Amino acid sequence: MLSLLGVPVLLFGLAARLNPLLVVTAAAIVAGLAGGVPPFALLAAFGKAFNDARYISVAFLILPLIGVLERGGLQARARVTVARLRALTVGRFLLAYLVLRQLTAALGLLSLGGHAAMVRPLIAPMAEAVGDTYLGSGDEARSVLIRAHAAAVDNVGAFFGEDIFVALGSVLLIQAVLGQNHVVVEPIHVAFWAIPTALVAFAVHAARLALLDRTLSRTAAR
Amino acid sequence: MIRVDVVYDVVGAMFASIAALSAMDRANARRGFNAAFWALLAAAFLFGNVLGDLGNGVLVLMLVLIGGSGRLGRSHPATTSEVEREAVAARHGPWLFAPLLIVPVVTVAGSFIFKAIRIGGAPLVDPGQVTVISMALGVLIALGVAIGLLRAPPAAPLQEGRRLIDAVGWAAILPQLLAALGGVFALAGVGRAVGDVFGHWLPLEARIAAVAAYGLGMAAFTMIMGNAFAALPVMVGAIGAPLLIGRFGGDAAAIGALGMLCGYCGTLMTPMAAHNIVPTALLGLPPGTVIRAQAPTAIVVLLANLALISLLAFRS
Repeated sequence: MLSLLGVPVLLFGLAARLNPLLVVTAAAIVAGLAGGVPPFALLAAFGKAFNDARYISVAFLILPLIGVLERGGLQARARVTVARLRALTVGRFLLAYLVLRQLTAALGLLSLGGHAAMVRPLIAPMAEAVGDTYLGSGDEARSVLIRAHAAAVDNVGAFFGEDIFVALGSVLLIQAVLGQNHVVVEPIHVAFWAIPTALVAFAVHAARLALLDRTLSRTAAR
Repeated sequence: MIRVDVVYDVVGAMFASIAALSAMDRANARRGFNAAFWALLAAAFLFGNVLGDLGNGVLVLMLVLIGGSGRLGRSHPATTSEVEREAVAARHGPWLFAPLLIVPVVTVAGSFIFKAIRIGGAPLVDPGQVTVISMALGVLIALGVAIGLLRAPPAAPLQEGRRLIDAVGWAAILPQLLAALGGVFALAGVGRAVGDVFGHWLPLEARIAAVAAYGLGMAAFTMIMGNAFAALPVMVGAIGAPLLIGRFGGDAAAIGALGMLCGYCGTLMTPMAAHNIVPTALLGLPPGTVIRAQAPTAIVVLLANLALISLLAFRS
């Protein structure tokens, strides 16, 4: 029960705006020692879990490619491409990406999107260029709002699309966790019950993108 | 058999080169900190298998101390100007987008093709890691095409990669560190303790209270851990399986799926999740802006999920 002390350490550290690396490590130390794990075993477990999780950081391998393409004007080119489309608004453009992201994620094609691979080089500069085309040039606050929404659309689309695909990690994890509790389910049924939430999430976020358009137009008119 | 360690060697070589370039960067007054940080991360990738668990633990602590000290500098390697970029972009037109598409195409194609190739009965590529390996292959092919297309100087990929990874800075190791925290929490029995609190101390006699505790607990625990995958075993074990499925006879597949989706709503709202940290760094956004863009959607979908569990998991 004492191992729960790690949780308030996390909450306090986040609230105090301390560096998250230090907060996370402190939480691990407190939870481990309070949970009765000997210091050296704790350090070894921390090291092993970090080593086993290296696959997560492999995603940074794409950065040199993105950097070289940016050097060759990828973002500039992306802006030019959408600046010609006069009927587009920021919200409608991001909605199109949401549709694409959610559908491809539902087909198991998660690698078609992502913040490093798609949002930074293409989606964010395109969304900003769309805004500049019909709203006129804007300030930093507008740029921040649009870029944050570009990042958000990628997450919403991926999260509420991927669970519809049977063979992805999350559906298989749900099946395994239920199995550990002696409950047998078919992956296809798990994937099926992700569909209602996918529809709700799409409707909600589409409405919010429409609201984003209204906010942008109102601030631009002022 | 080709294993994921080949990819780790490539990533390690990338970080080692970035560390060397950082050390030589006289324009960065804090180059020593940058060089040490990326060199340690390179060591984790290149030598992680031979360092041993304790060695890796010491390595993580050193990474955390350097990264957490706030002393990492931001480098500004020489790159092209905005005017040059527009000129190059005008020359290449839509072909500039091609390398970007090579990565997902090779990732998807590789995932299917490599699974089918067997040499002497053994698979050519480790079937469990085929996606990561295909992705790395796709990046390398795309990089070759991009360099050929743009006639970029040989040092450009590493210098441009350094420009971007320095923008991410210490946050680069946070996703991996959170996974390590999950490992320690599991060892220390945090999940079991949370399960005990929910399972024994909360009055969950009414079905609606159990549904709310399950869904909101998934979201809250995901926010703390930064990861729905770590929260699901805890909440299914504490409430989902014994109460919702066992006592109230709910549909197991629906309860599992919707529980995970409640967790994703938590991911959208937590500063601990890599999905919010990495874009904030990569897009140069002020802290909290991505979460503010996501939170209203997350809250509405979370409430809808609670209603959906009540409706869909208990249909009869």
